[in-house]
Amino acid sequence: MSQTFIIDGKTVPFEEGETIIQAATRAGVFIPHLCYHPEFKPHGSCKLCTVKVNGRQTASCTMRAMAGMVVESETEEINAERRALTQMLFVEGNHFCPSCEQSGNCQLQATAYHLGMMSPHYDHFFPNRPVDASHPEVLLDFNRCILCSLCVRASRDVDGKNVFALSGRGIGTHLIVNAKSGQLADTNFTLADKAAQVCPVGVILKKRKGFAVPIGERKYDKAPIGAPISEPATTEGR
Amino acid sequence: MHAEAVAGIVDRVVTRYRRDPTCMVQILREVQEACDWIPPEAIDRMQTMLGVPRTKIEGVAGFYSFFYTRPRGKYRVLFSDNITDRMLGNKAMMDRLCNNLWVERGKVSEDGLVSVGKTACTGMCDQGPAMLVNNYAVAGLTAERIDKIAELIRERVPLASWPAEFFRVEDNVRRADILLGSDLKPGDALLAARARAPSDGLMASNMRSWREGLPTGLSGPISMLDEIKRANLRGRGGAGFTTALKWEACRNAPLKAGHQRIVVCNADEGEPGTFKDRVLLQKYADLVFEGMTVAAYAVGATRGFLYLRGEYRYMLDHLNAVLANRRREKLLGSDILGIPGADFDLEIHVGAGAYVCGEESALIESLEGKRGTPRNRPPFPVTNGYLDQPTIVNNVETFAAAAMIALNGGDWYASIGTKHSAGTKILSVSGDCARPGLYEYPFGVSIRQVLADCGAENTQAVQVSGPSGICVDESEFDRCIGFEDIPTAGAFTVFNNTRDMFEVARNYVHFFQHESCGFCTPCRVGTSLLKNLMDKLHNGCGSPYDFTEIEKLNQLLQAMSHCGLGHTACNPVLDTIAKFRPYYDKRMIQQDFTPAFDLDRALAAARQMTGRDDAAAHLTTESGGEA
Repeated sequence: MSQTFIIDGKTVPFEEGETIIQAATRAGVFIPHLCYHPEFKPHGSCKLCTVKVNGRQTASCTMRAMAGMVVESETEEINAERRALTQMLFVEGNHFCPSCEQSGNCQLQATAYHLGMMSPHYDHFFPNRPVDASHPEVLLDFNRCILCSLCVRASRDVDGKNVFALSGRGIGTHLIVNAKSGQLADTNFTLADKAAQVCPVGVILKKRKGFAVPIGERKYDKAPIGAPISEPATTEGR
Repeated sequence: MHAEAVAGIVDRVVTRYRRDPTCMVQILREVQEACDWIPPEAIDRMQTMLGVPRTKIEGVAGFYSFFYTRPRGKYRVLFSDNITDRMLGNKAMMDRLCNNLWVERGKVSEDGLVSVGKTACTGMCDQGPAMLVNNYAVAGLTAERIDKIAELIRERVPLASWPAEFFRVEDNVRRADILLGSDLKPGDALLAARARAPSDGLMASNMRSWREGLPTGLSGPISMLDEIKRANLRGRGGAGFTTALKWEACRNAPLKAGHQRIVVCNADEGEPGTFKDRVLLQKYADLVFEGMTVAAYAVGATRGFLYLRGEYRYMLDHLNAVLANRRREKLLGSDILGIPGADFDLEIHVGAGAYVCGEESALIESLEGKRGTPRNRPPFPVTNGYLDQPTIVNNVETFAAAAMIALNGGDWYASIGTKHSAGTKILSVSGDCARPGLYEYPFGVSIRQVLADCGAENTQAVQVSGPSGICVDESEFDRCIGFEDIPTAGAFTVFNNTRDMFEVARNYVHFFQHESCGFCTPCRVGTSLLKNLMDKLHNGCGSPYDFTEIEKLNQLLQAMSHCGLGHTACNPVLDTIAKFRPYYDKRMIQQDFTPAFDLDRALAAARQMTGRDDAAAHLTTESGGEA
């Protein structure tokens, strides 16, 4: 691990083939992200992890580290753009934090706090997204989906089930499940699936377990996102 | 349709595509052509036959505009809604057809016979307004023709029995140069490329190049690459990447076991206002295919694809016939021109209504039977393209030019045009001019010259290279077409001084919103936000604040978007704000603030439901609006 690059003035070592976010995370440098998860192949779609490399903006979850590159991440300009992306995700779906079971465990909410998002800024789209309560153990609330595709990747790459996929296009892009009826109950999805553990927001919810941990004592209540990361990042997600 | 009948259709189609899931887009298209839509039973059967999960099939089917997972009628009419179609009165045509057929726009008729909707530019800008019926193009629409079409649909006359002249598409070649004036005899460019190689060891070197693609010691292919270099040929799809660099990178890319190099021709001509590739393929298909074969020779490729946009489905039979003829003439297939080991063949993939597939990595995804989302790069297609194999993707016109370079040499080509822009450029001229059609010029021609040649009068603006290009006003008409000044993929849309440039920009913004693939946050949401802002201005609810918002959105889309679609989505708005501000200002009812909410407009749904439109059903609002 002799090679290094510089991020926000800090020298970070990396191994051949590592992406910027991987090396940065290991060195304790936090880069905001939503669709990136250290256990899965990067997707590069949420663009929250965008950084400036030698003056050009690029997603740090897909860009490989190269020796000597100079990376800017925590600048006012980039954080303002990340904040705008977060606001876009909020208005695109229906995110009502005060009544959401995931409040306090939600990575979108925690990222918004981290970035100092004070309002949604844009007009809400208020899309019509019916919930799927067909499954005996799990409720799917698509209102909160941010299309990060982590459940898609987890189900395909870890569970070997392909329970989830993205369909539609553009602003009509949406999550679908692997059943002719379109209902989760008719798939082979179970709570033990990896896909049940990875949603960074509140789409995949365990039934009859609401508010098991009181608000105020939840993950990001205790340690806001972006605080120095001391343990390996594999515990993140929810 | 019975489930068994559907299964029979799926079996036939899937078998013909060798049960190959990479042919998903082609399979879905053919199933839909037979069933009129893609019923759940078809997906059931495809799941079994192809051995892929249902989610994958539904994900692909849901991505492309021309695939329907709900019934859309036996006749599916889509009106082209480019700004040029609008200028030629497509709305009146659509209303007329809807009235004739008693069908609401965007919906299926109650008897399930017909649906009438809109689609992006279908590439008939020089002969609009145009429509697609079951993906077959009908151009030159008139009231008379619309009435006749309504009658044919009502009487359930099969498309094959409709009058042939309805489907006639004009070439409208107005100015020809080296490409449009070419009378290349099929095979001549290849023979010239072969003849250029030093004669010693010719056979051996070609065998090795085609079979193994070894990068060194190959006089034949290398001399072809040298000609492309000397020609200073740059890509004609808009980005202008140096062709020789791309080809060389592909040629030098290491080849894994069982892999081969791939040549792809990008005929997903989706940029609104462009239609040159349609004519090149209709009239000069041999020139294009010969160029692809030359490219295969130069890079050592053995397999090729033509990715034909879904709107040009009507050309499929013609193009397949040209390919069959070339195989007969030994210009495709094995041992081309009798050179042992010189193997190259190509197949045609038809798209299904997705502009973003013009982006080369999205195109490759689509070729692989997936959703057309652009890939993360690097790696680039030249090393990891179609099914991870080294792949070049070039525009139709680039291949045509390559064939001419093979025939006449790089120096000849470089002597045409300007210092930085060698060769010619075909412009697709449409809009307010007397003679719309194709104009091929050596690079360096001025906007003013083109306007004079096409008979444009009182021109206030020209949109060069479509919505993702640049809008030039009168003060810039002496600027020139070329990579050093105004680069273009080919669209040249003329607007005279009666046109409202705000409406032009709004049409383009709606286009980008519709075509965003939805993969990345900034483009997916940003293009919708931009559309909403433009609609807000259109509704008379704009304020100076909105201009700041547009500016901020532009920065965000430029900086954060995944591909060129997002990067350029704000261009038409920024250009028209800068150059045609009065069209925006006239929509600003108050200069400080106007609420976006208009009470009277909000009552429109109630008025429609109650069938009322009298004065008492309207409110006068303080802000005015369109009450």
